[in-house]
Amino acid sequence: MSATNSSTNGPSDQRSRTSDPAGDMPTSRTVEASGRYAEMSFEARMDTVEFRVHERAHIVVDGRKCVDCSVRGCITACPANLFVPTADGGILFNYEQCFECGTCYMVCNEEGAISWSYPEGGHGVVFHAS
Amino acid sequence: MSDFDVIVVGAGPAGSAAALEAARAGMRVCLIERGPFPGAKNMYGGVVYGRILDTLIPNWWEEAPIQRWITRRSTMVLTDSQALTIDFRTESWGKPPYNGATTFRPDFDAWLASNAEEAGATLICSTTVTGLLRDGQRVTGVVTDRPDGELTADVVIACDGVNSFLAKEVGLYPHTDPSNFTLGVKETLALPREVIEERFAVRGDHGLDIEMLGCTGDVPGGGFLYTNAESVSIGLVLSLPQLAKGGIRPEQRLARLKEHPAIAPLIEGGEVTEYSAHVIPEAGYNMMPELISDGFLVAGDAAAMCLAAGIWLEGVNFAIGAGAAAGRTAAGAVVRGDTTADGLAGYRTRLETSFVLADHRKLRDAPHIVMSDLAQQKVPKVICGMAEQVFTVVNPDPKPGMFKILWSELRRNKMGIRDAASHGIRAARTFR
Repeated sequence: MSATNSSTNGPSDQRSRTSDPAGDMPTSRTVEASGRYAEMSFEARMDTVEFRVHERAHIVVDGRKCVDCSVRGCITACPANLFVPTADGGILFNYEQCFECGTCYMVCNEEGAISWSYPEGGHGVVFHAS
Repeated sequence: MSDFDVIVVGAGPAGSAAALEAARAGMRVCLIERGPFPGAKNMYGGVVYGRILDTLIPNWWEEAPIQRWITRRSTMVLTDSQALTIDFRTESWGKPPYNGATTFRPDFDAWLASNAEEAGATLICSTTVTGLLRDGQRVTGVVTDRPDGELTADVVIACDGVNSFLAKEVGLYPHTDPSNFTLGVKETLALPREVIEERFAVRGDHGLDIEMLGCTGDVPGGGFLYTNAESVSIGLVLSLPQLAKGGIRPEQRLARLKEHPAIAPLIEGGEVTEYSAHVIPEAGYNMMPELISDGFLVAGDAAAMCLAAGIWLEGVNFAIGAGAAAGRTAAGAVVRGDTTADGLAGYRTRLETSFVLADHRKLRDAPHIVMSDLAQQKVPKVICGMAEQVFTVVNPDPKPGMFKILWSELRRNKMGIRDAASHGIRAARTFR
Protein backbone atom coordinates (compact mmCIF):
# COMPACT_ATOMS: atom_id res chain seq x y z
CA MET A 1 0.00 0.00 0.00
CA SER A 2 2.72 2.47 -0.81
CA ALA A 3 1.93 5.82 -2.33
CA THR A 4 2.80 5.95 -5.98
CA ASN A 5 4.27 9.43 -6.02
CA SER A 6 5.36 9.83 -9.55
CA SER A 7 6.83 13.31 -9.64
CA THR A 8 4.67 14.32 -12.55
CA ASN A 9 4.10 18.01 -12.86
CA GLY A 10 0.94 19.45 -14.27
CA PRO A 11 1.00 21.50 -17.44
CA SER A 12 3.74 24.10 -17.32
CA ASP A 13 1.44 27.09 -16.89
CA GLN A 14 0.27 25.66 -13.57
CA ARG A 15 2.47 26.06 -10.60
CA SER A 16 2.49 22.49 -9.42
CA ARG A 17 5.06 21.25 -7.01
CA THR A 18 6.26 17.72 -6.69
CA SER A 19 5.42 16.24 -3.33
CA ASP A 20 8.73 14.56 -2.67
CA PRO A 21 11.15 14.59 -5.55
CA ALA A 22 13.83 12.69 -3.69
CA GLY A 23 11.37 9.99 -2.70
CA ASP A 24 12.82 9.77 0.79
CA MET A 25 9.68 10.20 2.83
CA PRO A 26 10.28 9.65 6.53
CA THR A 27 8.32 6.60 7.59
CA SER A 28 9.82 5.95 11.00
CA ARG A 29 8.47 7.87 13.94
CA THR A 30 9.95 8.74 17.25
CA VAL A 31 8.77 7.31 20.54
CA GLU A 32 8.56 9.81 23.35
CA ALA A 33 9.95 9.12 26.78
CA SER A 34 6.39 8.52 28.00
CA GLY A 35 6.10 5.60 25.60
CA ARG A 36 3.39 7.34 23.57
CA TYR A 37 3.91 7.80 19.87
CA ALA A 38 4.73 11.30 18.82
CA GLU A 39 2.46 12.72 16.13
CA MET A 40 3.70 11.46 12.79
CA SER A 41 5.12 13.68 10.06
CA PHE A 42 2.68 14.79 7.40
CA GLU A 43 4.64 12.92 4.75
CA ALA A 44 4.39 9.70 6.75
CA ARG A 45 0.66 10.32 7.24
CA MET A 46 0.08 10.68 3.50
CA ASP A 47 2.30 7.66 2.89
CA THR A 48 -0.42 5.50 4.47
CA VAL A 49 -2.75 6.31 1.56
CA GLU A 50 -2.63 4.81 -1.93
CA PHE A 51 -2.76 7.24 -4.85
CA ARG A 52 -2.80 6.09 -8.47
CA VAL A 53 -1.55 9.30 -10.00
CA HIS A 54 -2.65 10.33 -13.49
CA GLU A 55 -0.50 12.66 -15.58
CA ARG A 56 -3.35 15.15 -16.00
CA ALA A 57 -3.86 17.53 -13.07
CA HIS A 58 -7.53 17.43 -12.04
CA ILE A 59 -7.09 20.61 -9.98
CA VAL A 60 -6.33 23.84 -11.80
CA VAL A 61 -5.56 26.99 -9.82
CA ASP A 62 -5.67 30.46 -11.32
CA GLY A 63 -2.83 32.03 -9.37
CA ARG A 64 -3.74 35.57 -10.44
CA LYS A 65 -6.94 35.32 -8.44
CA CYS A 66 -5.17 33.91 -5.37
CA VAL A 67 -2.99 37.04 -5.10
CA ASP A 68 -6.11 39.07 -4.27
CA CYS A 69 -7.48 36.52 -1.81
CA SER A 70 -7.33 37.54 1.85
CA VAL A 71 -8.89 34.33 3.22
CA ARG A 72 -6.92 31.53 1.58
CA GLY A 73 -9.09 28.89 3.18
CA CYS A 74 -7.67 26.15 0.96
CA ILE A 75 -4.30 26.40 2.73
CA THR A 76 -5.81 25.64 6.13
CA ALA A 77 -8.68 23.35 5.23
CA CYS A 78 -7.30 20.93 2.63
CA PRO A 79 -6.87 17.66 4.57
CA ALA A 80 -4.03 16.62 2.26
CA ASN A 81 -2.20 19.97 2.64
CA LEU A 82 -2.00 20.37 -1.13
CA PHE A 83 -1.97 24.19 -1.11
CA VAL A 84 0.98 26.22 0.16
CA PRO A 85 1.57 29.98 0.03
CA THR A 86 4.55 31.36 -1.87
CA ALA A 87 6.70 34.38 -0.99
CA ASP A 88 5.33 36.39 -3.92
CA GLY A 89 1.74 36.06 -2.71
CA GLY A 90 0.71 33.17 -4.91
CA ILE A 91 -0.28 29.63 -4.06
CA LEU A 92 1.53 26.45 -5.01
CA PHE A 93 -0.55 23.34 -5.33
CA ASN A 94 -0.17 19.63 -5.82
CA TYR A 95 -2.90 17.40 -7.20
CA GLU A 96 -1.18 14.07 -6.78
CA GLN A 97 -2.12 13.20 -3.21
CA CYS A 98 -5.69 14.51 -3.40
CA PHE A 99 -8.53 12.85 -1.45
CA GLU A 100 -10.96 14.23 -4.07
CA CYS A 101 -13.13 15.57 -1.24
CA GLY A 102 -13.97 19.00 -2.73
CA THR A 103 -13.08 21.07 0.34
CA CYS A 104 -10.75 23.39 -1.60
CA TYR A 105 -13.26 24.69 -4.12
CA MET A 106 -16.03 24.88 -1.52
CA VAL A 107 -14.02 27.14 0.81
CA CYS A 108 -12.47 29.13 -2.03
CA ASN A 109 -13.17 32.82 -1.61
CA GLU A 110 -12.33 33.92 -5.15
CA GLU A 111 -14.89 32.97 -7.78
CA GLY A 112 -13.35 30.52 -10.22
CA ALA A 113 -9.84 30.46 -8.75
CA ILE A 114 -9.97 26.69 -8.25
CA SER A 115 -11.27 24.52 -11.09
CA TRP A 116 -11.83 21.01 -9.92
CA SER A 117 -13.01 17.81 -11.53
CA TYR A 118 -12.62 14.11 -10.84
CA PRO A 119 -9.44 12.39 -12.00
CA GLU A 120 -9.55 9.93 -14.90
CA GLY A 121 -11.33 6.68 -14.13
CA GLY A 122 -9.27 4.24 -12.09
CA HIS A 123 -6.89 6.97 -10.93
CA GLY A 124 -6.58 9.11 -7.82
CA VAL A 125 -7.11 8.07 -4.23
CA VAL A 126 -7.80 4.42 -3.39
CA PHE A 127 -8.96 3.75 0.18
CA HIS A 128 -8.64 0.31 1.75
CA ALA A 129 -9.34 0.58 5.48
CA SER A 130 -11.66 3.54 5.96
CA MET B 1 -33.33 2.09 -28.57
CA SER B 2 -31.13 3.16 -25.68
CA ASP B 3 -27.96 1.26 -24.76
CA PHE B 4 -29.46 0.59 -21.32
CA ASP B 5 -32.82 1.07 -19.63
CA VAL B 6 -31.14 2.56 -16.56
CA ILE B 7 -27.65 3.96 -16.01
CA VAL B 8 -26.56 4.43 -12.41
CA VAL B 9 -23.57 6.72 -11.81
CA GLY B 10 -21.54 5.79 -8.73
CA ALA B 11 -21.34 2.35 -7.09
CA GLY B 12 -21.64 3.54 -3.50
CA PRO B 13 -24.53 2.37 -1.29
CA ALA B 14 -27.13 4.47 -3.15
CA GLY B 15 -25.94 3.45 -6.59
CA SER B 16 -25.64 -0.26 -5.86
CA ALA B 17 -29.08 -0.33 -4.20
CA ALA B 18 -30.55 1.46 -7.24
CA ALA B 19 -28.85 -0.93 -9.67
CA LEU B 20 -29.91 -3.93 -7.59
CA GLU B 21 -33.59 -3.01 -7.54
CA ALA B 22 -33.72 -1.91 -11.19
CA ALA B 23 -31.99 -5.11 -12.32
CA ARG B 24 -34.36 -7.24 -10.25
CA ALA B 25 -37.27 -5.52 -11.97
CA GLY B 26 -35.90 -6.82 -15.28
CA MET B 27 -34.16 -3.65 -16.45
CA ARG B 28 -30.96 -3.57 -18.48
CA VAL B 29 -28.78 -1.73 -15.95
CA CYS B 30 -25.30 -0.22 -16.20
CA LEU B 31 -23.58 0.74 -12.92
CA ILE B 32 -20.60 3.05 -13.54
CA GLU B 33 -17.88 3.56 -10.90
CA ARG B 34 -14.90 5.90 -11.28
CA GLY B 35 -12.75 4.06 -8.72
CA PRO B 36 -10.86 0.88 -9.61
CA PHE B 37 -13.44 -0.97 -7.45
CA PRO B 38 -16.65 0.11 -5.66
CA GLY B 39 -15.84 1.85 -2.36
CA ALA B 40 -12.31 2.87 -3.39
CA LYS B 41 -13.25 6.57 -3.08
CA ASN B 42 -15.34 6.22 0.05
CA MET B 43 -14.77 6.70 3.75
CA TYR B 44 -17.26 7.58 6.47
CA GLY B 45 -17.56 8.57 10.08
CA GLY B 46 -19.05 5.64 11.71
CA VAL B 47 -21.61 3.00 11.58
CA VAL B 48 -23.82 1.27 9.02
CA TYR B 49 -27.39 0.64 10.24
CA GLY B 50 -28.43 -2.43 8.32
CA ARG B 51 -32.17 -2.88 8.80
CA ILE B 52 -32.89 -1.27 5.42
CA LEU B 53 -31.00 -4.24 3.93
CA ASP B 54 -33.53 -6.73 5.38
CA THR B 55 -35.88 -6.13 2.48
CA LEU B 56 -33.11 -6.15 -0.17
CA ILE B 57 -30.83 -9.02 0.81
CA PRO B 58 -32.32 -11.65 3.17
CA ASN B 59 -29.91 -12.65 5.96
CA TRP B 60 -27.48 -10.00 4.72
CA TRP B 61 -25.60 -10.23 8.01
CA GLU B 62 -24.33 -13.69 7.11
CA GLU B 63 -22.40 -12.39 4.10
CA ALA B 64 -21.76 -8.65 4.63
CA PRO B 65 -18.09 -7.83 5.40
CA ILE B 66 -18.70 -6.55 8.95
CA GLN B 67 -15.86 -5.56 11.29
CA ARG B 68 -17.84 -5.49 14.57
CA TRP B 69 -21.49 -5.33 15.62
CA ILE B 70 -22.12 -2.30 17.80
CA THR B 71 -23.45 -3.43 21.17
CA ARG B 72 -22.08 -0.49 23.16
CA ARG B 73 -22.69 3.14 22.34
CA SER B 74 -21.23 6.11 24.20
CA THR B 75 -21.97 9.78 23.89
CA MET B 76 -19.11 11.85 25.27
CA VAL B 77 -19.19 15.56 26.10
CA LEU B 78 -15.72 17.05 26.38
CA THR B 79 -13.93 20.18 27.45
CA ASP B 80 -10.14 20.53 27.34
CA SER B 81 -9.76 18.81 30.70
CA GLN B 82 -13.12 17.14 31.40
CA ALA B 83 -15.31 14.42 29.92
CA LEU B 84 -18.84 13.27 30.76
CA THR B 85 -19.93 10.05 29.08
CA ILE B 86 -23.33 8.44 28.73
CA ASP B 87 -22.68 4.79 28.03
CA PHE B 88 -25.30 2.34 26.85
CA ARG B 89 -24.96 -1.34 25.98
CA THR B 90 -27.37 -4.07 25.04
CA GLU B 91 -26.87 -7.69 24.08
CA SER B 92 -29.83 -7.51 21.70
CA TRP B 93 -27.77 -5.51 19.19
CA GLY B 94 -25.29 -8.40 19.06
CA LYS B 95 -27.59 -10.89 17.34
CA PRO B 96 -29.73 -10.90 14.18
CA PRO B 97 -31.11 -8.67 12.83
CA TYR B 98 -28.57 -6.49 14.66
CA ASN B 99 -28.61 -2.68 14.83
CA GLY B 100 -25.35 -0.98 13.78
CA ALA B 101 -22.06 -2.33 12.52
CA THR B 102 -18.60 -1.05 11.73
CA THR B 103 -17.22 -1.93 8.31
CA PHE B 104 -14.64 -0.57 5.91
CA ARG B 105 -16.43 1.11 3.04
CA PRO B 106 -14.12 -0.31 0.34
CA ASP B 107 -15.24 -3.77 1.59
CA PHE B 108 -18.91 -2.98 2.22
CA ASP B 109 -19.52 -1.01 -0.97
CA ALA B 110 -17.82 -3.68 -3.09
CA TRP B 111 -20.00 -6.34 -1.45
CA LEU B 112 -23.21 -4.40 -2.10
CA ALA B 113 -22.19 -3.79 -5.72
CA SER B 114 -21.53 -7.52 -6.17
CA ASN B 115 -25.18 -8.12 -5.19
CA ALA B 116 -26.27 -5.73 -7.94
CA GLU B 117 -24.07 -7.61 -10.39
CA GLU B 118 -25.57 -10.94 -9.32
CA ALA B 119 -29.00 -9.46 -9.99
CA GLY B 120 -27.90 -8.76 -13.55
CA ALA B 121 -26.52 -5.21 -13.50
CA THR B 122 -23.38 -4.54 -15.58
CA LEU B 123 -20.69 -2.98 -13.36
CA ILE B 124 -18.07 -0.86 -15.14
CA CYS B 125 -15.24 0.39 -12.89
CA SER B 126 -12.33 2.80 -13.55
CA THR B 127 -14.68 4.98 -15.59
CA THR B 128 -15.44 8.61 -14.76
CA VAL B 129 -18.69 10.13 -15.98
CA THR B 130 -17.70 13.59 -17.22
CA GLY B 131 -21.12 14.88 -18.23
CA LEU B 132 -24.65 14.12 -19.36
CA LEU B 133 -26.20 13.60 -22.78
CA ARG B 134 -29.22 15.86 -23.11
CA ASP B 135 -32.06 16.29 -25.54
CA GLY B 136 -33.36 19.71 -24.58
CA GLN B 137 -34.13 19.43 -20.85
CA ARG B 138 -34.29 15.69 -21.00
CA VAL B 139 -31.32 13.56 -19.81
CA THR B 140 -30.68 10.79 -22.33
CA GLY B 141 -27.39 9.29 -21.18
CA VAL B 142 -23.87 9.91 -19.94
CA VAL B 143 -20.48 10.88 -21.34
CA THR B 144 -17.54 8.98 -19.87
CA ASP B 145 -13.77 9.34 -20.13
CA ARG B 146 -13.52 6.10 -22.12
CA PRO B 147 -12.87 6.27 -25.87
CA ASP B 148 -16.27 6.39 -27.59
CA GLY B 149 -17.58 6.56 -24.05
CA GLU B 150 -21.11 7.79 -24.62
CA LEU B 151 -23.89 5.59 -23.25
CA THR B 152 -27.62 6.24 -23.62
CA ALA B 153 -30.39 5.27 -21.22
CA ASP B 154 -34.05 6.01 -20.53
CA VAL B 155 -33.24 7.00 -16.94
CA VAL B 156 -29.94 8.15 -15.39
CA ILE B 157 -29.73 7.85 -11.60
CA ALA B 158 -27.05 10.16 -10.15
CA CYS B 159 -25.46 8.58 -7.09
CA ASP B 160 -22.21 10.42 -7.71
CA GLY B 161 -21.58 11.57 -4.17
CA VAL B 162 -21.44 14.79 -2.23
CA ASN B 163 -19.91 16.85 -5.05
CA SER B 164 -22.61 15.64 -7.49
CA PHE B 165 -21.45 17.35 -10.66
CA LEU B 166 -24.36 15.67 -12.44
CA ALA B 167 -27.08 17.17 -10.21
CA LYS B 168 -25.35 20.53 -10.66
CA GLU B 169 -25.22 20.08 -14.44
CA VAL B 170 -28.97 19.50 -14.52
CA GLY B 171 -29.41 22.63 -12.40
CA LEU B 172 -30.90 20.90 -9.37
CA TYR B 173 -28.36 22.53 -7.03
CA PRO B 174 -28.64 26.31 -7.36
CA HIS B 175 -25.36 26.98 -5.53
CA THR B 176 -22.92 25.43 -3.12
CA ASP B 177 -23.05 27.04 0.33
CA PRO B 178 -19.99 25.81 2.25
CA SER B 179 -21.78 26.24 5.58
CA ASN B 180 -23.96 23.26 4.59
CA PHE B 181 -20.91 21.01 4.45
CA THR B 182 -18.42 19.54 6.88
CA LEU B 183 -15.06 17.88 6.37
CA GLY B 184 -14.59 14.45 7.92
CA VAL B 185 -11.00 13.43 8.68
CA LYS B 186 -10.11 10.08 10.12
CA GLU B 187 -7.24 7.82 11.08
CA THR B 188 -7.48 4.06 11.20
CA LEU B 189 -5.21 2.91 14.04
CA ALA B 190 -4.10 -0.72 14.23
CA LEU B 191 -4.48 -2.36 17.65
CA PRO B 192 -4.42 -6.05 18.57
CA ARG B 193 -7.80 -7.74 19.07
CA GLU B 194 -7.02 -8.48 22.77
CA VAL B 195 -6.16 -4.84 23.41
CA ILE B 196 -9.45 -3.70 21.87
CA GLU B 197 -11.41 -6.23 23.97
CA GLU B 198 -9.68 -5.08 27.14
CA ARG B 199 -9.80 -1.32 26.56
CA PHE B 200 -13.34 -1.13 25.26
CA ALA B 201 -14.87 -3.95 27.32
CA VAL B 202 -16.23 -5.84 24.32
CA ARG B 203 -15.91 -9.52 23.38
CA GLY B 204 -15.91 -11.51 20.17
CA ASP B 205 -17.35 -9.56 17.26
CA HIS B 206 -19.06 -6.96 19.46
CA GLY B 207 -17.89 -3.36 19.34
CA LEU B 208 -18.17 0.18 20.68
CA ASP B 209 -19.13 3.43 18.98
CA ILE B 210 -18.25 6.71 20.73
CA GLU B 211 -19.68 10.03 19.50
CA MET B 212 -18.17 13.22 20.90
CA LEU B 213 -19.21 16.84 21.34
CA GLY B 214 -16.88 19.63 22.45
CA CYS B 215 -13.67 18.32 20.90
CA THR B 216 -13.36 20.56 17.84
CA GLY B 217 -12.18 23.82 19.43
CA ASP B 218 -13.62 26.95 17.83
CA VAL B 219 -14.92 25.04 14.78
CA PRO B 220 -18.43 23.55 14.97
CA GLY B 221 -18.41 19.80 14.58
CA GLY B 222 -17.88 16.62 16.52
CA GLY B 223 -15.68 13.60 16.99
CA PHE B 224 -15.98 9.85 16.77
CA LEU B 225 -14.09 6.76 17.80
CA TYR B 226 -15.20 3.26 16.96
CA THR B 227 -13.83 -0.22 17.05
CA ASN B 228 -13.07 -2.39 14.05
CA ALA B 229 -11.92 -6.02 14.33
CA GLU B 230 -8.23 -5.19 14.76
CA SER B 231 -8.15 -1.41 14.60
CA VAL B 232 -9.97 1.64 15.85
CA SER B 233 -11.07 4.58 13.74
CA ILE B 234 -10.84 8.07 15.23
CA GLY B 235 -11.88 11.23 13.51
CA LEU B 236 -13.42 14.66 13.46
CA VAL B 237 -16.19 16.32 11.53
CA LEU B 238 -15.47 20.05 10.98
CA SER B 239 -17.68 22.79 9.55
CA LEU B 240 -16.03 24.06 6.36
CA PRO B 241 -16.24 27.89 6.71
CA GLN B 242 -14.93 27.99 10.28
CA LEU B 243 -12.29 25.36 9.53
CA ALA B 244 -11.02 27.49 6.65
CA LYS B 245 -10.90 30.64 8.80
CA GLY B 246 -9.54 29.03 11.97
CA GLY B 247 -5.90 28.71 10.93
CA ILE B 248 -5.53 25.22 12.44
CA ARG B 249 -5.34 22.36 9.98
CA PRO B 250 -7.66 19.34 10.24
CA GLU B 251 -4.98 16.82 11.15
CA GLN B 252 -3.71 19.21 13.84
CA ARG B 253 -7.19 19.36 15.34
CA LEU B 254 -7.34 15.56 15.22
CA ALA B 255 -3.94 15.39 16.95
CA ARG B 256 -5.37 17.51 19.79
CA LEU B 257 -8.27 15.11 20.25
CA LYS B 258 -5.84 12.18 20.34
CA GLU B 259 -3.98 13.89 23.20
CA HIS B 260 -7.12 14.47 25.28
CA PRO B 261 -6.78 12.72 28.68
CA ALA B 262 -10.04 10.81 28.08
CA ILE B 263 -8.99 9.64 24.61
CA ALA B 264 -5.21 9.15 24.67
CA PRO B 265 -5.28 5.97 26.81
CA LEU B 266 -7.84 4.39 24.45
CA ILE B 267 -5.64 4.70 21.37
CA GLU B 268 -2.17 4.44 22.85
CA GLY B 269 0.21 2.45 20.66
CA GLY B 270 -2.17 2.51 17.70
CA GLU B 271 -0.23 2.76 14.44
CA VAL B 272 -1.87 4.77 11.64
CA THR B 273 -2.68 2.35 8.83
CA GLU B 274 -4.74 4.79 6.76
CA TYR B 275 -5.49 8.51 6.89
CA SER B 276 -8.62 9.56 5.01
CA ALA B 277 -10.94 12.48 4.40
CA HIS B 278 -14.29 13.21 2.77
CA VAL B 279 -16.81 16.03 2.63
CA ILE B 280 -20.20 15.45 4.26
CA PRO B 281 -23.50 17.13 3.33
CA GLU B 282 -24.40 18.23 6.84
CA ALA B 283 -27.53 20.35 6.60
CA GLY B 284 -30.03 17.61 5.72
CA TYR B 285 -33.53 18.40 4.51
CA ASN B 286 -32.96 22.13 4.19
CA MET B 287 -30.10 21.72 1.69
CA MET B 288 -31.59 18.96 -0.44
CA PRO B 289 -31.78 19.60 -4.18
CA GLU B 290 -34.75 18.83 -6.39
CA LEU B 291 -34.63 15.04 -6.68
CA ILE B 292 -36.27 14.51 -10.06
CA SER B 293 -35.87 15.85 -13.59
CA ASP B 294 -36.76 14.48 -17.04
CA GLY B 295 -35.00 11.11 -17.30
CA PHE B 296 -33.01 11.84 -14.15
CA LEU B 297 -33.08 10.97 -10.43
CA VAL B 298 -30.67 11.86 -7.59
CA ALA B 299 -29.96 9.70 -4.50
CA GLY B 300 -27.55 9.41 -1.56
CA ASP B 301 -24.93 12.04 -0.70
CA ALA B 302 -25.58 13.58 -4.13
CA ALA B 303 -28.99 14.51 -2.72
CA ALA B 304 -27.60 15.49 0.72
CA MET B 305 -29.23 12.52 2.44
CA CYS B 306 -26.76 12.25 5.34
CA LEU B 307 -28.60 12.63 8.65
CA ALA B 308 -26.39 14.66 10.98
CA ALA B 309 -28.85 15.10 13.83
CA GLY B 310 -26.59 14.96 16.87
CA ILE B 311 -27.70 11.81 18.65
CA TRP B 312 -28.47 10.20 15.28
CA LEU B 313 -25.63 10.12 12.78
CA GLU B 314 -26.63 8.07 9.77
CA GLY B 315 -26.07 8.11 6.03
CA VAL B 316 -25.36 4.75 4.43
CA ASN B 317 -28.85 3.53 5.37
CA PHE B 318 -30.45 6.65 3.85
CA ALA B 319 -28.41 6.15 0.67
CA ILE B 320 -29.52 2.53 0.40
CA GLY B 321 -33.17 3.42 1.07
CA ALA B 322 -33.16 6.24 -1.48
CA GLY B 323 -31.21 4.24 -4.07
CA ALA B 324 -33.59 1.30 -3.84
CA ALA B 325 -36.58 3.65 -4.24
CA ALA B 326 -34.92 5.31 -7.25
CA GLY B 327 -34.21 1.92 -8.87
CA ARG B 328 -37.81 0.76 -8.41
CA THR B 329 -39.24 4.05 -9.62
CA ALA B 330 -37.03 4.07 -12.72
CA ALA B 331 -38.01 0.51 -13.57
CA GLY B 332 -41.72 1.29 -13.23
CA ALA B 333 -41.37 4.38 -15.41
CA VAL B 334 -39.48 2.49 -18.12
CA VAL B 335 -42.15 -0.23 -18.17
CA ARG B 336 -44.91 2.40 -18.44
CA GLY B 337 -42.99 4.21 -21.16
CA ASP B 338 -43.01 7.55 -19.34
CA THR B 339 -39.63 8.58 -17.93
CA THR B 340 -40.37 12.31 -17.84
CA ALA B 341 -40.24 14.11 -14.48
CA ASP B 342 -43.98 13.42 -14.15
CA GLY B 343 -43.46 9.75 -14.92
CA LEU B 344 -40.73 9.61 -12.24
CA ALA B 345 -42.68 11.59 -9.61
CA GLY B 346 -43.33 8.40 -7.63
CA TYR B 347 -39.72 8.59 -6.40
CA ARG B 348 -40.49 11.47 -4.09
CA THR B 349 -43.67 9.80 -2.84
CA ARG B 350 -41.76 6.63 -2.05
CA LEU B 351 -39.17 8.62 -0.09
CA GLU B 352 -41.79 10.64 1.77
CA THR B 353 -43.63 7.51 2.90
CA SER B 354 -40.37 5.90 4.08
CA PHE B 355 -37.82 6.94 6.69
CA VAL B 356 -35.67 8.67 4.06
CA LEU B 357 -37.62 11.91 3.81
CA ALA B 358 -39.84 11.34 6.88
CA ASP B 359 -36.84 11.36 9.24
CA HIS B 360 -35.12 14.16 7.36
CA ARG B 361 -38.19 16.38 7.38
CA LYS B 362 -38.91 15.72 11.05
CA LEU B 363 -35.29 16.48 12.00
CA ARG B 364 -34.76 19.34 9.55
CA ASP B 365 -33.78 21.83 12.27
CA ALA B 366 -31.50 19.42 14.12
CA PRO B 367 -28.28 20.01 12.13
CA HIS B 368 -28.59 23.75 12.73
CA ILE B 369 -29.17 23.29 16.47
CA VAL B 370 -26.31 20.80 16.82
CA MET B 371 -23.89 23.13 15.01
CA SER B 372 -25.00 26.27 16.87
CA ASP B 373 -22.54 28.21 19.00
CA LEU B 374 -24.60 27.37 22.07
CA ALA B 375 -24.53 23.59 21.55
CA GLN B 376 -20.92 23.62 20.42
CA GLN B 377 -19.20 26.05 22.77
CA LYS B 378 -21.37 26.52 25.84
CA VAL B 379 -23.35 23.33 26.47
CA PRO B 380 -20.26 21.09 26.88
CA LYS B 381 -18.75 23.52 29.41
CA VAL B 382 -22.02 23.81 31.35
CA ILE B 383 -22.60 20.04 31.42
CA CYS B 384 -19.04 19.17 32.43
CA GLY B 385 -18.94 22.06 34.91
CA MET B 386 -22.13 20.85 36.57
CA ALA B 387 -20.87 17.27 36.75
CA GLU B 388 -17.65 18.43 38.36
CA GLN B 389 -19.50 20.52 40.94
CA VAL B 390 -21.98 17.72 41.73
CA PHE B 391 -19.28 15.11 42.23
CA THR B 392 -16.73 17.33 44.03
CA VAL B 393 -17.00 16.93 47.80
CA VAL B 394 -16.41 20.40 49.22
CA ASN B 395 -16.18 19.58 52.95
CA PRO B 396 -16.19 21.27 55.36
CA ASP B 397 -18.73 23.30 53.29
CA PRO B 398 -22.12 21.65 52.79
CA LYS B 399 -23.18 20.47 49.34
CA PRO B 400 -24.59 23.23 47.13
CA GLY B 401 -28.10 22.68 45.73
CA MET B 402 -28.55 21.51 42.14
CA PHE B 403 -30.20 24.75 41.04
CA LYS B 404 -27.38 26.77 42.53
CA ILE B 405 -24.91 24.65 40.56
CA LEU B 406 -26.89 25.13 37.35
CA TRP B 407 -27.15 28.92 37.81
CA SER B 408 -23.46 29.24 38.58
CA GLU B 409 -22.46 27.26 35.49
CA LEU B 410 -24.83 29.21 33.24
CA ARG B 411 -23.44 32.46 34.63
CA ARG B 412 -19.84 31.32 34.30
CA ASN B 413 -20.42 30.48 30.64
CA LYS B 414 -22.31 33.70 29.94
CA MET B 415 -25.49 31.87 29.11
CA GLY B 416 -28.72 33.69 29.90
CA ILE B 417 -31.48 31.65 31.47
CA ARG B 418 -33.96 32.89 28.87
CA ASP B 419 -31.54 31.98 26.09
CA ALA B 420 -31.01 28.52 27.54
CA ALA B 421 -34.75 27.96 27.96
CA SER B 422 -35.63 29.06 24.42
CA HIS B 423 -32.94 26.83 22.93
CA GLY B 424 -34.09 23.98 25.14
CA ILE B 425 -37.66 24.37 23.93
CA ARG B 426 -36.51 24.53 20.31
CA ALA B 427 -34.41 21.40 20.75
CA ALA B 428 -37.29 19.61 22.45
CA ARG B 429 -39.59 20.53 19.58
CA THR B 430 -37.08 19.28 16.99
CA PHE B 431 -36.33 15.97 18.70
CA ARG B 432 -39.85 15.25 19.99
